Amino acid sequence: MANQETGGGGAGKEQWASRIGVILAVAGSAVGLGNFLRFPGQAAQNGGGAFLLPYFISLLVLGIPLCWAEWTMGRYGGTKGFNSAPGIYSMIWRNRAAKYFGAIALMIPLVIYMYYVVIEAWCLGYAIKYITGALVAADIKAEGPAGYDTFFEQFVGSGEHGANFSGGNLFLLGVVALAFVLNFTLIYRGVTRGIERFCRIAMPVMVILALIVLVRVLTLGTPDPAKPDQSVLGGLGFMWNPQFEKLGDFKTWLAASGQIFFSLSVGFGIIINYASYLRRNDDVVLSGLTSSSMNEFFEVVLGGLITIPAAFIFLGAAVGEKGTFALGFESLPNVFALMPGPALVGQLFGFLWFFMLFIAAITSSVSMLQPVIAFLEEGFGLRRHASAAILGLITLLGCGFVLYFSKGLVALDTFDFWVGSVLLFVLALIQSLLYGWAFGIKRGATEAHRGAHIRIPHFVQLMLKYVVPIYLIVVLVGFCYQNLPEYAAKISENPAALGSILFIAAVLIMLLLLVRIAGRRWEAEGRLTYDDD
Amino acid sequence: MDVLQTVSLFAEAAPTGGLSTAGLVVMCVSIGAVLCLVSFCLYKVFSLPPVEVEEHVKGPLEIDTGDVSDAD
Repeated sequence: MANQETGGGGAGKEQWASRIGVILAVAGSAVGLGNFLRFPGQAAQNGGGAFLLPYFISLLVLGIPLCWAEWTMGRYGGTKGFNSAPGIYSMIWRNRAAKYFGAIALMIPLVIYMYYVVIEAWCLGYAIKYITGALVAADIKAEGPAGYDTFFEQFVGSGEHGANFSGGNLFLLGVVALAFVLNFTLIYRGVTRGIERFCRIAMPVMVILALIVLVRVLTLGTPDPAKPDQSVLGGLGFMWNPQFEKLGDFKTWLAASGQIFFSLSVGFGIIINYASYLRRNDDVVLSGLTSSSMNEFFEVVLGGLITIPAAFIFLGAAVGEKGTFALGFESLPNVFALMPGPALVGQLFGFLWFFMLFIAAITSSVSMLQPVIAFLEEGFGLRRHASAAILGLITLLGCGFVLYFSKGLVALDTFDFWVGSVLLFVLALIQSLLYGWAFGIKRGATEAHRGAHIRIPHFVQLMLKYVVPIYLIVVLVGFCYQNLPEYAAKISENPAALGSILFIAAVLIMLLLLVRIAGRRWEAEGRLTYDDD
Repeated sequence: MDVLQTVSLFAEAAPTGGLSTAGLVVMCVSIGAVLCLVSFCLYKVFSLPPVEVEEHVKGPLEIDTGDVSDAD
């Protein structure tokens, strides 16, 4: 795979060095905190084992087909000399408007990176705190769950705006800076030497760390004889016992579809970029299925067996109502503190757990930088160090915004809802329409099967054209109906939320302008032609 | 009593203490299905022949893509 021949790009075009490399990179992009924290919480709150039925249906009908479509379009765009979404979309749909939809595919990973790196720093920070013993110290253990809740609130500065910049909280800023340096070091080294090489090491390491924690959790037995229900089997039952009556609730189906969607990273603008570094005859079907299945391994097998059972064993049924952050950063540290044996045991497993989450986060965050780097390079002829510097400044500004407006995590939450949730659905819808209607499923099937090692059943193509867009619209409408009133109210009630919306709008406007300029350059170079020319 | 409620009554039987029979079945089927899928995929990937280098490119397996070396 490692060669410099391209389908139309310039000299020195980046490409994946191996088949497993791109698979691990895409899987790394998909596997993140959501696999270990969001999925278990969603399942526990939405019918336990019954949740897996709509979950797997969504995987087969929505997730994997969309994945295949994105891989196919990405590779196709790459063979035409484009690695960024604006250029790729223009190759898929030879219309002047196409590149502007690509701006959304740049905006999503860019804005998500701005808060995701903060969460990544939380994981690294907690891992460091476990090394130093701060999270298993006698004083915090004595306070019980409340102590860990307070620790988290102080650690992330959620008490008031600007708390992270006050004198007593510079540790988090230092860890964020470290995370930034790590991310940009990897991205600067490029696709082959940076991202691929790192993921080839990081993904197996993640599996090993998770398996160590899994074995520990499954061998906990019944730590407190006074609470015989709070055992390993009780924890597994809390997670997996099906509440079939929940299947009659639309909210359960919505939650399952949303989880699959967010988990597989479709509609992020990342897979389409990563796939563009494939050669014309590199397989996308088996690769797409493999990376999706690896994501499911981390989610269903590891996430499903570790998080909720561990939390339930020590904290009981109340953990079922916890959100992602509360589960990960409040409940689980409490779990590690209560683990049988000397404090060193909890210290060790706490470190392993949060370091694993950090690795999961960084393989995701580094993938969020590459789409914009690719755009700056091919849109403006910038070299890597220049594009990395510009991207670094933009993301630093956004990250600083998130860190400053930390009261109630309002900036993070606002970015996550409008860009990391709503806009994600929108982009996935755009991509499914581009594939199904602009590119065409006949051409899509031919393109997908070029170099493929397994076949896509024909009905999947029909689903991509007719079923997936409708499914996405239903899920998007349902998601907005459920959540929009709350977030819309926040804009008027909370100046920081309004400021976050304005920040998002400013980023979008900036990207649209840049796409316009880049489009003109491409037209002048003869790289971009339209059907109406 | 509708179908879902009937099935729920069956699901609540918990001979294994906390984890019901239905829960055990769901857990094993879900995890088993995922493990089968990922094993199949990885087996296919690793059993494929190495990717052929295109004929007109003759060079070392690890080719410098110039990611860093083109710095000013």
